[in-house]
Amino acid sequence: MSSIARLLRAREAGILVMLVLFALVVGLIQPRFLTAETLRIVLLAVPLIMVAAMGQMMVLVARHVDLSIGSILGFSAIAAGMIFRDHPDWPLFIGFGVALLSGALLGLFNGLVVTLFKLPSIIVTLGTLSLYRGLLFILSGSKQIDPNDIPEPLIKMAQTSPIDIPWIVIIAFGVALATHVFLTYSQIGRQIYAIGSNPAAAPLRGIRVMPVTILVFTLSGALAGLAGIIYAARFGYVNPGITGVGFEFTVIAAVVIGGVSINGGVGSVAGTVLGVLFLGAVQVALPILGVSGFWQNAIYGGIILIALVIDRTVRQGGLRGLLARGGA
Amino acid sequence: MLRKKLMLAAVLGASLFAGAAYAADPVSIVYIPKNTGNPYFDSIIKGFEDGCKTLGCEFTTVAPASAEATSQIPFLTAQIQRGVNVVAISPNSPDALNQVFDRARSKGTIILSVNSDMPGNEDHRDAAILPVDFTKTGPSQVELLGKQIGYEGEIAILSATTDAPDQNVWIAAMKDTLEKDPKYAKMKLVTIAYGDDDPQKSTTETEALLANYPNLKGIISPTTVGVAAAAQVVETAKKADKIKVVGLGTPNQMRRFIENGTVEAFQLWSPYNEGLLAAHFAVGVKNGTIKNEPGTTFEVPGLGKVTVGEKSVIKTQADLTTFDKKNIADFNF
Repeated sequence: MSSIARLLRAREAGILVMLVLFALVVGLIQPRFLTAETLRIVLLAVPLIMVAAMGQMMVLVARHVDLSIGSILGFSAIAAGMIFRDHPDWPLFIGFGVALLSGALLGLFNGLVVTLFKLPSIIVTLGTLSLYRGLLFILSGSKQIDPNDIPEPLIKMAQTSPIDIPWIVIIAFGVALATHVFLTYSQIGRQIYAIGSNPAAAPLRGIRVMPVTILVFTLSGALAGLAGIIYAARFGYVNPGITGVGFEFTVIAAVVIGGVSINGGVGSVAGTVLGVLFLGAVQVALPILGVSGFWQNAIYGGIILIALVIDRTVRQGGLRGLLARGGA
Repeated sequence: MLRKKLMLAAVLGASLFAGAAYAADPVSIVYIPKNTGNPYFDSIIKGFEDGCKTLGCEFTTVAPASAEATSQIPFLTAQIQRGVNVVAISPNSPDALNQVFDRARSKGTIILSVNSDMPGNEDHRDAAILPVDFTKTGPSQVELLGKQIGYEGEIAILSATTDAPDQNVWIAAMKDTLEKDPKYAKMKLVTIAYGDDDPQKSTTETEALLANYPNLKGIISPTTVGVAAAAQVVETAKKADKIKVVGLGTPNQMRRFIENGTVEAFQLWSPYNEGLLAAHFAVGVKNGTIKNEPGTTFEVPGLGKVTVGEKSVIKTQADLTTFDKKNIADFNF
């Protein structure tokens, strides 16, 4: 057990080293990057990714993948937005409830199809990625939720809070903390790791694989739903055609950079948080460095690949002498 | 013999009657926007609908989910097979639809390019209905910002994608205006950022603009996603008094920022009028009351006299509409 703990620590050490190195290199080129203002920009950019990444991480640990989160985000944001638009007198928490609940239901459906029909989750969620986007067009009648329809208190949640850190940042880190407690200290949390490490052996150890797997997809959906309402708060409107499109790629990239294995069984909240922060830092750094729009996509993708290669090398011990010492 | 003649007459009469009934069939128009769920195109649709209500034409609209170059083809093909009289379309590509258009026109279907033309491929459509005289977009945006910042200081542009054709033409015109008109000599364009018409990316890019250029006085964002994101960032950073945001936006998207003072004014044209004009033009051409050739003029109630220009291009309005606190309540799109 202690060796596993050490391994987990090493994984996080790798990404932490990369994050620090990246910040230093960018800071050397452009000192403006190492300021409180940039930190504020990064912190505002990550809550959306962070919340959904917690769900995706659990799905990956269980040796599955959820490609439908972008459409779930869009669906939940539209559903909550329609409540805000059509019932402006209802309290804010009803919108939150609708977003979480609709996300959870769509996630539940993913989990049911995957487990009942024993289908690969990559195919099922590829299907629901399209299905849920289609449903959200039908639900919304293809009509955008305009900024006037988003309640002012919700928009303020992306800007401030009583302690001056915007509410959405507090929510994101709160979700991360809750996920950590759930995965580390609850029996079901440990079972998710067991299922992902060895799906064949898990039932033999008395783990009910099906309900746990369904729960994992439901949680992923609910968290994507929460990301939906954070989206509405941050951007102030919800467009059925663009909200959440391509979101799954960002989230999966962040989770994998954070050291979560796509082969299941391995991954931690701390690593995922670092992966999300790393991706957020890269997204913010490119424009701050003045990288031209023509180059940004290529460089962004290149940095993700380099991060993965470094992480893999560190874990295989190749650069242990150099990097593990620096991080541990 | 007489019987036969009578029957012939009856048949002839019937066919004549059928012919007359056919001619009296309402003109059927379909409008295919770039993609579904775009409030801008919803407004064009509203114009078509209201136009058809008064003209008595039969109007439908269909659209693909995404604005890809070829995503409109299946919808277009299905409508042509249905035998629609007029296809109005906001093409996602200047040339990907040429063959389908040619086939449709050989069967007598009228093809109207609405909201943007198909540069270099004008031979494949019957006419183009544009919202405004696009050559005025660039200079007009520069003037709108200049007026707000006293024609002095650093400014930046937040565009859509690096290859967005409309935006690139407008940006070239903005640069040209800034360089050549001495009125704007003290306005310095520091950079052009690209938000890819994605709210997240547009937001991050605007935040970087604010961080990188502490003396920035204004941002021009000639794209609806960009201008809303820029306004949101300036509001969040509480810098609305220092940095002026102008651009092209829809009133519903920008109303909140106008009302809370984050944005003083922005511009656009009337997509509604565009749809209205297109409906009148389509019915007129189909019924033969409007000749589709340069120099022709016709009346559209509410819009006045409209002239068909070179290459059958029709501009709905000459100058951009400016929206501010005074008039924004009059618009709902």
